[in-house]
Amino acid sequence: MKMVNLIINNVKVTVEENTSILKAAKKFNMNIPTLCYYEDLGIKSDCRVCVVQVEGKKGLVSSCSTPVSEGMVVYTNSARVLNARKTIVELILSNHDVKCTTCIKNMRCELQNLAKNLGIDENRFPSVFERQPIDDNNPSIVRDPNLCIKCGRCVDVCNNVQGTSVLAFYGRGHETRVSAVFDEHLSDAFCTLCGQCASVCPVGAITEKDDTDLVWKALADPNKHVIVQVAPAVRVSLGEEVGQKIGTIVTGKMVSAMKILGFDQVFDTDFTADLTILEEGNELIHRITNGGVLPMMTSCCPGWINFAETRYPDILDHISSCKSPQQMFGSLAKSFYPQKIGLDPKDIFVVSVMPCTAKKYEAKRTEMSVDGENPDIDVVLTTRELGKMIKQMGIDFENLDEKPFDSPFGITTGAGAIFGATGGVMEAAIRTVYEVVNKKPLESLDFKELRGLEGIKEAEINLNGTMVKVAVAHTLSMAKVLSEQVRNGTSPYTFIEIMTCPGGCIGGGGQPYGTTNKTRLDRISAIYEVDAGMPLRKSHENPEVLALYKDFLKEPLGKLSHHLLHTYYHNRNNKSQTR
Amino acid sequence: MIEMKLISKRFGKINPLSIEEYIKFDGYKNLKKAFSMERTAIIEEVQKAYLRGRGGAGFPTAIKMMALAKETNKEKYILCNADEGEPGNFKDRYLMENDPHQVLEGMIIVAYATGGTKGIIYVRGEYQKSISLLKWSIDEAKKKGYLGNKILGSKFNFDIEVRSGAGSYVCGEEFSLIESIEGNPGRTRVKPPFPTQIGVFGKPTLINNVETFSTIPTILEISGAEFAKIGTPTSTGTKLISLSGNVKNKGVFEIPFGVPIRDVIYKLGKGIEKDRKLKMVQLGGACGPIIPEYMLDMIIDFERFEEFESKTGAGAIIVIDERFDLFDILLKIVQFFQHESCGKCTPCREGHIQLANLIKKFVERKATMEDIVSLESLARVIHQTSLCGLGQTSPTAIISSLRYFRDDYIDCVEHSYKG
Repeated sequence: MKMVNLIINNVKVTVEENTSILKAAKKFNMNIPTLCYYEDLGIKSDCRVCVVQVEGKKGLVSSCSTPVSEGMVVYTNSARVLNARKTIVELILSNHDVKCTTCIKNMRCELQNLAKNLGIDENRFPSVFERQPIDDNNPSIVRDPNLCIKCGRCVDVCNNVQGTSVLAFYGRGHETRVSAVFDEHLSDAFCTLCGQCASVCPVGAITEKDDTDLVWKALADPNKHVIVQVAPAVRVSLGEEVGQKIGTIVTGKMVSAMKILGFDQVFDTDFTADLTILEEGNELIHRITNGGVLPMMTSCCPGWINFAETRYPDILDHISSCKSPQQMFGSLAKSFYPQKIGLDPKDIFVVSVMPCTAKKYEAKRTEMSVDGENPDIDVVLTTRELGKMIKQMGIDFENLDEKPFDSPFGITTGAGAIFGATGGVMEAAIRTVYEVVNKKPLESLDFKELRGLEGIKEAEINLNGTMVKVAVAHTLSMAKVLSEQVRNGTSPYTFIEIMTCPGGCIGGGGQPYGTTNKTRLDRISAIYEVDAGMPLRKSHENPEVLALYKDFLKEPLGKLSHHLLHTYYHNRNNKSQTR
Repeated sequence: MIEMKLISKRFGKINPLSIEEYIKFDGYKNLKKAFSMERTAIIEEVQKAYLRGRGGAGFPTAIKMMALAKETNKEKYILCNADEGEPGNFKDRYLMENDPHQVLEGMIIVAYATGGTKGIIYVRGEYQKSISLLKWSIDEAKKKGYLGNKILGSKFNFDIEVRSGAGSYVCGEEFSLIESIEGNPGRTRVKPPFPTQIGVFGKPTLINNVETFSTIPTILEISGAEFAKIGTPTSTGTKLISLSGNVKNKGVFEIPFGVPIRDVIYKLGKGIEKDRKLKMVQLGGACGPIIPEYMLDMIIDFERFEEFESKTGAGAIIVIDERFDLFDILLKIVQFFQHESCGKCTPCREGHIQLANLIKKFVERKATMEDIVSLESLARVIHQTSLCGLGQTSPTAIISSLRYFRDDYIDCVEHSYKG
């Protein structure tokens, strides 16, 4: 690699050629403020906040998009630059619904932070802001155009990472706005509700629908028995919401915090993840041995289900009929659980904490109801919302004691834990399917080829002498690649895992803000650390799951299992509503 | 004579619908000449001519041609920018409507020299006559073997198609134009990469203005060296001037570079209508500087115009007489850019409405000295930080008027309503 010498703020530096001025300056501890820039996304160069002065150039150049060159002399903080940067932020604020203290992003807003750091104590420009309607008629995501600063990150992630092309720029000039296609509501625009847009939005323009009040209300109701389940990916990311290092495992403290919040029982979704493996694993074996539709595709991820129902309705019979772990938990919480503790299911209030915004929609699907009337899951919170509740309550998270999950959904295995990372469901399934089919233990439980951030990963397993190919995809762009193969009948695989969000659930749309690939890798290592530290690492060895079958469900794919744990899908290609 | 007709020599003398008349009047002669030359020799002639882009920015054409020739991609696009949307400019329309084959011949020569495989002329949507004339001419040229496969019996294949936008001003900006051709909204892209690296449909692309392509046959005819003798040392050859506003004789005139603006207005334009007093002249179009009467002896060339930190080389001269108020004119200009901004980058998207609000204060005589400072500061920030040429040049009128008409501003503040 060719090296380039340049001078930044009178400091002589040497960096690799093609490095941007922004990255070069950062490398030498000079952080240039940015707004539209987001690590791992494309360079947009729209906001112009990162402009710098380069000797010999007439105007100011954006440091995110300008590569360094030999002998370049750069000033990142000259009077001209500072004035320009300040002016730009003031201009953004002049067309923004400035209501910081009552904004959902208060104190974690990149625009607010920038205004503070640039010392904008007053705005020289009068406000030209005009109020527009808020889009909130879906259960997952709220889009408030009044806060949008047109940075384009959401459009980028929706089009280029997810390939879903729901969000786009409309209008031009001062009337430019981000909107769902044809100015529809998100609910009518084939949106998968994955929430990646919310995860990259620097301001409060796209957020999850906040349901914390519903939970507070239930917790305050003496007639409600409020139980909560927590998804595998939450325990390796919640720490970030309460000031801990990225990748910290906070399982025990999280359980404690939720007890303090007032939940009657705190359960682990890892349990129903194990249950999913038994149902889904057996479904796969059944499909293979009975000439069923193959490849089979996983069904845990609600964003993927929304994607498939709207874009690939012709391949729905490839998708496993298993409900997701969240919904399996919901079914049991409104059937088996009330029987066991002797309560009326109507008095049980079920909360989920998920890394995901699409789960809020999944919980509201009419199929997801044991009694056909009431939803099995009453409220879904994201990791961020749980963090918010912990802060509202003033819990000193760091100094909490560690507590275990409650029984009967408390004992879990490493296989359930790894559901949180891309490739995890596949790895967990192989651990079980291999041993059930081959009737002998696996030599190594670690399928390294299925781990990590590669877009599509493959592996081969030996099932009774037949080599079977499996594949794992994360992000919907990659899901598209594998779905096309399935549609065209050219898929070489027997089993396919699909996760909507980059990195899987640990990179979900409901996870703490500022998630980058580096964050994802840290959370993934934490997930596999949880797995490695578990006494049990295979779903079919979970004693509570085995007891559940013995006492209640009887057998995988049995009549009761089928009724409670399996579902069906709809062609929503014509009618895409996700209300 | 001030005028010098090199590329407008056939204007009015041939029927633009007739390829035969074009051929009879030396048409496609220089294409044949080009085919007898080495490809690099053609680029060398353009280099010797020191031809600079006629769209406004004045970038040396030969450098673009060399950059494209260097690219090894099998497909290379030759784009002709005929999205003449700059207010006060109408010379490209004259070229297309009076001598369409000259544009085509220039494009074919450039394609041959650089290895271009496909040509597109992106014509302003409002120019319906130009569009139909060009389409007709392309068909005629194909019939005669000047376009299509194995042009003039050689191994060279090249075809041209006509595209047009939906009327957005910013589509004249090269990357917005490329986006528009690809079917996207006209919003610019980040540079680098430059169009010659990754242009339309991801292929290396050379973009030139209609006038630039139209000049190519003349360069081959008289040689680059002879061409370079015309005009001034840094601005060679001739330039089409679109003269409009309050002059008696409006129209398009071809002059060699180096002619004073005053001569264009008073000799070619025959002076101001009803012999009123001249108040100001805007150069280049809405994005150009506004200068006072005492600067009219300035000669027309790229170097002098660069002083205004603006791209004023497209060659418009808009004459405004004493009846008009500076601030009314500025408000119209700013509102035009407010409407035409693509909205991609912050300063251009959010800045123009604020500029307009400030100018309104002057129009309504409600301005203060602080408003002069704010206006100047904001105009400079938009100019220095905008992503594409639109925002970089839109404040030129304001910035130049603050320099040359400062008395008008101060006078306005002094006569503003107080309290």
